[in-house]
Amino acid sequence: MEFQFQFDWQAAINSIPFLLKGIPYTLLISFGGLAIGFALGILFGLLSINKKWFLKWPATAYIEIFRGTPILVQVLFIFYGLPDLIGGPIDPLTAGIAAIALNSGAYISEVVRGGVQSIDKGQTEAGLSLGLSRTQTFWSIIWPQAFRRMIPPLGNQAIVSIKDTSLFSVIGVGELVRQGQIYIANTFTAFEVYFVVAILYLAITLTLSLILRLAERRGLASV
Amino acid sequence: MTQIVKMQGMNKFFGKLHVLKDINLSVEQGEVVVIIGASGSGKSTLIRCVNGLEAFESGTLEVDSHPLEPKSGNPGSLAEIRKEVGMVFQQFNLFPHLTVKKNIMLAPMKVKNAPQVIANATAERLLNRVGIGSQADKYPSHLSGGQQQRVAIARALAMEPRLMLFDEPTSALDPEMIGEVLDVMRELAKEGMTMMVVTHEMGFAREVADRVIYIHEGQIVEEGKPADVFDNPQNERTQAFLSRVLAH
Repeated sequence: MEFQFQFDWQAAINSIPFLLKGIPYTLLISFGGLAIGFALGILFGLLSINKKWFLKWPATAYIEIFRGTPILVQVLFIFYGLPDLIGGPIDPLTAGIAAIALNSGAYISEVVRGGVQSIDKGQTEAGLSLGLSRTQTFWSIIWPQAFRRMIPPLGNQAIVSIKDTSLFSVIGVGELVRQGQIYIANTFTAFEVYFVVAILYLAITLTLSLILRLAERRGLASV
Repeated sequence: MTQIVKMQGMNKFFGKLHVLKDINLSVEQGEVVVIIGASGSGKSTLIRCVNGLEAFESGTLEVDSHPLEPKSGNPGSLAEIRKEVGMVFQQFNLFPHLTVKKNIMLAPMKVKNAPQVIANATAERLLNRVGIGSQADKYPSHLSGGQQQRVAIARALAMEPRLMLFDEPTSALDPEMIGEVLDVMRELAKEGMTMMVVTHEMGFAREVADRVIYIHEGQIVEEGKPADVFDNPQNERTQAFLSRVLAH
């Protein structure tokens, strides 16, 4: 018996319209989650470098818990576990966005902490010596410089989070991978369809990389 | 005469290290006080206490009749003092994300709520005064060290300080740029600015200072007119220090 495999281009092309329906969900979960994650990251990142223990410890606990457990477990916990606690179902989209937000928030906290701590102490001293308050010194002098240094690691996190959304097929969100699974169940063209799925992820992440590289170059040009 | 700075029995520790020991020092309005001493003697720490960048453990400190208390530092006074006291750092500490002009405009606009046009005019005037009016729209990294330090002086002057602190302002500069910074400081002194200057530039100290203070291991061991301190030091530690720094 002879084994022959041929890549079925037609099957790949035919799957595209159905797969594309998953992209809005992938993007919504990624960027919706990342936007909230960024806010969480600023909040908990700054709290984690606060000297007061009752601010620092809860922030550190949050960061360690969400960095130290798999995002798959987190989303399963939110989708299947939390409804027991709150006494009602959570829809998969909300659960997905919440998981990306909480997970990326923990990593972004570390990015924020690192960025802020990388700015020379002399900058703070210069601000204070000019009569600026600690808050003014932070937001007009430290943060703009720290943020510039945070762009590459933030971009990295965005790419990681976009790929993480592929795990959420398990809770039934109609994102890219889930669409692929449904399509394959009817056509049995796994090789072609997962190939297209991979290409579509690559298209999203490459576009993002390109935008970030331009942003970085513009940011650096003025320093 | 008005005393701008009044320190009495001031002590400062870094952990167990006793860095300032029973400092008694006052600075009159218009006076230029130059503080000399070996590295690690506590001279930088001393002037950093004046604007509260360092807290002290005991004693009293009054700056322009605002009392600063040990440890906590008295937040109300601290804010007032920092508005009235300018500081120039060894490493310039310019804000790299802002143009030269914006570096100077920031504090007047944020702290004194100066309108942008006024802050802008002040910045231009000060940049001309320190001789770099043409560099206003450049970023600090595009300037030489000497130019950057002159911008830092202009930035401090924009708050119209009653006292200027200089913490080794020429120590990070290439030798050929030291002169241009000292020239600006000399001008300031001539115009009557009250100044406390930590420096290793003995020529500048001799020429510009009204009073020279020698600090050794956290204590003021010699104090007097430059001619007296440099030509006829009474304390043997001062003699040893001066013979080391003036020998070459």
